[in-house]
Amino acid sequence: MSQVNDFSLKIATVNGTGSASANSLLMQAIFRMGIPVTGKNIFPSNIQGLPTWYEIRVSREGYTARPPTIDLVVAINPATYEKDVATVRSGGYLLYDSSWPMPSELQRDDVTVLGVPFGQMCVESFERDRDRTLLRNIAYAGALAALLQIDMDVIHEMLNEKFGRKRALLEANFKAIRLGYDHARSHLPCPLPFHLERMTATKDYVLMDGNTACGLGAVFAGATVGAWYPITPATSLMEAFKEYCEKYRVDKDTGLNKYCIIQAEDELSAAGIVIGANWAGARAFTSTAGPGISLMQEFIGLAYYTEVPCVIFDVQRVGPATGMPTRTQQGDLLSLAYASHGDTKHIVIFPADPEEAFYLSVAAFDLAERFQTPVFVATDLDIGMNDWMVKRLTWDDSYRPDRGKVLSATELEGVKSFSRYIDADGDGIAPRTLPGVGAKGAYFVRGSGHNKFGAYTEDSSEYQEVLDRLAHKLRVAADHVPAPEFRLQPGAEIGIVSIGGCHAAIKEAVDRLRDHGVIADYMRVRAFPFTDSVGDFLTKHPLTFVVEQNRDAQLRSLLAIETGVARDRMTAVLDYHGLPLTADAVVAAVTRQLEGAAT
Amino acid sequence: MTSIAKPPVRHPGLPRNSLGLTTRDYEGAMSTLCAGCGHDSVTAAIVQAFWELAVPPHRAAKMSGIGCSSKTTAYFMKGSHGFNSVHGRMPSVTSGANAANRDLTYIGISGDGDSLSIGLGQMCHAIRRSVRMLYVIENNGVYGLTKGQFSASSDIGSTSKRGEANVQPPIDPCLLALTLGATFVARGFSGDKAQLVPIIKAGLKHNGFALIDVISPCVSFNDHEGSTKSYKYTREHEVEVSAADFVPLRREIVAPNSPEATMTVTMHDGSSVRFRKTHDSYDPTDRDAAYQHVRNCTVRGEVATGLLFLREDENDMHAMSRTVPTPLVDLPFESLCPGASALDALMDEFR
Ligand SMILES: Cc1ncc(C[n+]2csc(CCOP(=O)(O)OP(=O)(O)O)c2C)c(N)n1
Ligand code: SF4
Ligand SMILES: [Mg+2]
Repeated sequence: MSQVNDFSLKIATVNGTGSASANSLLMQAIFRMGIPVTGKNIFPSNIQGLPTWYEIRVSREGYTARPPTIDLVVAINPATYEKDVATVRSGGYLLYDSSWPMPSELQRDDVTVLGVPFGQMCVESFERDRDRTLLRNIAYAGALAALLQIDMDVIHEMLNEKFGRKRALLEANFKAIRLGYDHARSHLPCPLPFHLERMTATKDYVLMDGNTACGLGAVFAGATVGAWYPITPATSLMEAFKEYCEKYRVDKDTGLNKYCIIQAEDELSAAGIVIGANWAGARAFTSTAGPGISLMQEFIGLAYYTEVPCVIFDVQRVGPATGMPTRTQQGDLLSLAYASHGDTKHIVIFPADPEEAFYLSVAAFDLAERFQTPVFVATDLDIGMNDWMVKRLTWDDSYRPDRGKVLSATELEGVKSFSRYIDADGDGIAPRTLPGVGAKGAYFVRGSGHNKFGAYTEDSSEYQEVLDRLAHKLRVAADHVPAPEFRLQPGAEIGIVSIGGCHAAIKEAVDRLRDHGVIADYMRVRAFPFTDSVGDFLTKHPLTFVVEQNRDAQLRSLLAIETGVARDRMTAVLDYHGLPLTADAVVAAVTRQLEGAAT
Repeated sequence: MTSIAKPPVRHPGLPRNSLGLTTRDYEGAMSTLCAGCGHDSVTAAIVQAFWELAVPPHRAAKMSGIGCSSKTTAYFMKGSHGFNSVHGRMPSVTSGANAANRDLTYIGISGDGDSLSIGLGQMCHAIRRSVRMLYVIENNGVYGLTKGQFSASSDIGSTSKRGEANVQPPIDPCLLALTLGATFVARGFSGDKAQLVPIIKAGLKHNGFALIDVISPCVSFNDHEGSTKSYKYTREHEVEVSAADFVPLRREIVAPNSPEATMTVTMHDGSSVRFRKTHDSYDPTDRDAAYQHVRNCTVRGEVATGLLFLREDENDMHAMSRTVPTPLVDLPFESLCPGASALDALMDEFR
């Protein structure tokens, strides 16, 4: 099979040395050549000096999951040579910096080793130490351009855009690119059997990470207050919100801000700020990761019980504490669904990629206000921080926020008296009032027992009445949260259920399984609480695989708890090493199980 | 039950403020605190202050954490929105509410447990953030609601009801606030309403975070012989280091210039605080001097009260974050959403 526009490479470098910009230059150049491409950054929890990898997958069919195999490794970091050489597929290639004699650990009989003296060339060509280090990355990008046939015009255009006004920098980058390119052209077998040829498949697409998409979603949804405490991988979400607020929300005449971002002292405070701001009538949100969710527990319960809307982005990562904070996981599913003490249940939304993250972020604000309750948007490090190829985002100017049942000053005038928690419509949602709006609207928010009038109570039945209404409200919400996505095929013999960022790998796995003669129906759960269609899918598929990225099969547990389908009727496919899921892992797990069942 | 609606009784003779409201219109549900609890007197002073300032009740928001003290927001201004949040976290909720709607008058009620232990971080950071609010600590040296444990404001040697002596040093919220850059720092005593009311009024008008630490004895758990937060001890050891009168803008022209006035500080909205001479050397606008003075009082075993420090020209949270003067909640969606064409143009930057 031809490997044109269908291969993967992995670049091993040291973090903090400037390789990140060279890597994204490569990926973006391929994208601009019209070829579908994905980049996954695998980085340490460290600022400088530890190993880091960047995986680029080129897929003419448009698959965006983590690559199944690595055709070419660029080994720039001697500390990981041994590990890196082992990741190349048999018959693949390895490119290393031949400024030094080839170390024995790079030797592999079934791999072609290519050397370019990047370090030496840069020492000879550049004066300053800093340039020599940084531009070595650009030099390997140049060599890859030659080996893979990346269009040099595209690279020049991109360098021009980036350094246009900084003449000296631009010249230095041009020079470094050419060093690698020319050397490879004259010394190496260019192009490699797997290489690039222009396509037109990326015209309607962009390269975007999920945190940018969520931050942008918050701007478009009209959020005005953002409160947060820095934590990887959620930090760049609030930074994106800030960037786009600075771009779109500064009053032209006065230079004053139509937003307020508060970097709080911790996540408890961030949650409190978000609750206070929403209570006062703003759309407010926070962005955090698992450790922050843990700290917010008490407040989440308060917001649930007092029915204050709020939006909380959880960019999931491996936990707890300092474990592997820069690796991805779907480990917060259970803790989000039932966060806090006492009887609670929350709306949780699971976007699959940055595109969906944008639209569902906007939906999250609407749902929070419609149902007057916390709404979590659960992404993960892979969605949040990696660049994905997604459809250009679009906006419908007729969109208006769904503020839910909020009584205006005139509406308040019209009522005889106001009580906060009366469910007049039978949907479990009681109208609320905002402070300052009208004399009749005043009520007292209390976390401790309140009855339907909002008054203090220690009466068991009055308390239970409120609790039952809240349960009803969440049941109603199940029909309004994003419905599951189904991909059904005639003659399907198995069902696959998955969630969030697994989607890219599952789509590919379903195709590959079909090639193996296994026809699978696929349901992607997009929100909690589950609609009835989720349970129906499970009932209709006696053989179901639930694929997720955590150790304890949290999604499967949620499905069992909420749909009543027995846990052992669903086969768990679990991937929790901290790296994005591959289609291979899914195919292997499913076929292993089916073969086992057949014997 | 901790709140009981009061029967609506008409008092035709009660004086009315400029809104035509009487003090009864500023009251709340019936208090369910122990008879004689200091907190009820603070509530009464708050009612008086809001009435005198003629703040429309629905334009004020009452914020609190958890504790007997924090319950009291239910006992005043039934016409205001109230938020009884979680233990020690009222400062963050108020920060958020204020970020969203800067035009309301925010009063936060807390206790010494709520503010100086579980919520110490939140209080400190609300001070740093300079959230425009009046922050009242009803300080009784114990956890009232959980029945009498020592709090972080208990003095060394002060004894519990069972006779046990506290051994850890106290946190003085006023000294702490002074070091954190607070711009309005005061201490009062629940038993001295005449002193407290003008301070509350000035605090409500302050353009930033205003802290009042009110010694407010707990009759059930900390009013015995041997306690340094009892009514008796506080009366005997209170020293008013600065006496403040609040002069609202409207009455400026007719207000007689008090003969012993030593200093006037003009507030953000044009009203003013007049300090009367108490101590020859005391300058309530000098942070370091105020700190030293309060500290000296503590060393002598005195409880320094009064408006201890005031600075009116600092930036509040909104000035620091350069927010528009219109409350964010009042901005129309059209002015917040960049719209389809902006998004389309932005997409080109992601290629
Ligand atoms: C997270 C949490 N921990 C513990 C408590 C129990 N608790 C309720 S009130 C209180 C202490 C209140 O003391 P203080 O703030 O001094 O108020 P006071 O009752 O003395 O006025 C405690 C520990 C709680 N409500 N929440
Ligand atoms: S226990 Fe103490 S603080 Fe609480 S109401 Fe009674 S006297 Fe007041
Ligand atoms: Mg106390």
